[in-house]
Amino acid sequence: MVSLHKFANPARFVRMSSALLPWMVGMSAVLITVGLYLGLFVAPPDYQQGESMRIIFVHVPSAWMSMFIYSGMAIASATGLIWKHPVADLLAKASAPVGAGFTFATLASGSLWGQPMWGTWWVWDARLTSYLILFFLYIGYMALWEAFDDPQRAGKAAAILALVGAVNVPIIKFSVDWWNTLHQPASVMKMDGPAIDSSMLVPLLIMALGFTAFYGAVVIVRTQREIMARKVRTLRMAQVQA
Amino acid sequence: MTEFFHMGGYAAFVWPSFGITAAIMIAIVIDSWRGFVRERDTLDKLQSQRTKRKPS
Repeated sequence: MVSLHKFANPARFVRMSSALLPWMVGMSAVLITVGLYLGLFVAPPDYQQGESMRIIFVHVPSAWMSMFIYSGMAIASATGLIWKHPVADLLAKASAPVGAGFTFATLASGSLWGQPMWGTWWVWDARLTSYLILFFLYIGYMALWEAFDDPQRAGKAAAILALVGAVNVPIIKFSVDWWNTLHQPASVMKMDGPAIDSSMLVPLLIMALGFTAFYGAVVIVRTQREIMARKVRTLRMAQVQA
Repeated sequence: MTEFFHMGGYAAFVWPSFGITAAIMIAIVIDSWRGFVRERDTLDKLQSQRTKRKPS
């Protein structure tokens, strides 16, 4: 908790995040380039799925990001609610459109993969259904921020939604174990290690890291924007009262 | 080269997957940057108005 207090000061957050930003941008550019090269040119086609398996290199990293970001939003929301941490709720607000974007990308690439492999664009199995609910949670979260005139109340409402929806994340993760799903079971994050060849696993992990650095860069810019927006509101209110 | 773009017959599924993901990520970057610049300019304007009003 001591380390959280360091970021509670918005000015310090801006200073520290500005120092981090070029690294995030650089890392994401390098990692995504390397990951794309390995995934598109080096990784061999799958013996069953052929070249369509290359969709994995955008589909799975996007899916991981959407769950990672939502989990971060839930933690940030709890931090904002419990400790009134002044930057936490802004971090969560800044993250939501990025997470929603990755969720949409996962749904789209998943459909494009499902059609040739499963013979269907969509199925209401546990994995896909719980994942679609994640997308609705993101949209609902973003809508709540816009639904109130008072940003404090908006932030509180959004935080509560984020926390209530957090139960969906383990449901998504374990859906392929708990229910009979068309979506395949876990092949990377399993108790006895990944069941996927390194020629696929390495580009996959590199893309995931690249997407994470991308998220880091974008959320820094977006959170700084939210911090400035709050200052603008304060200054405008002071002008009105003057 | 054409074989690469053909993706073993799955081109219609592989390339839109990459394309949609890339488009979303690019859109996020553009939106984030433009929002940042807009807010920064508004803040600078408001802060300079304040310092003008306060004779030092």
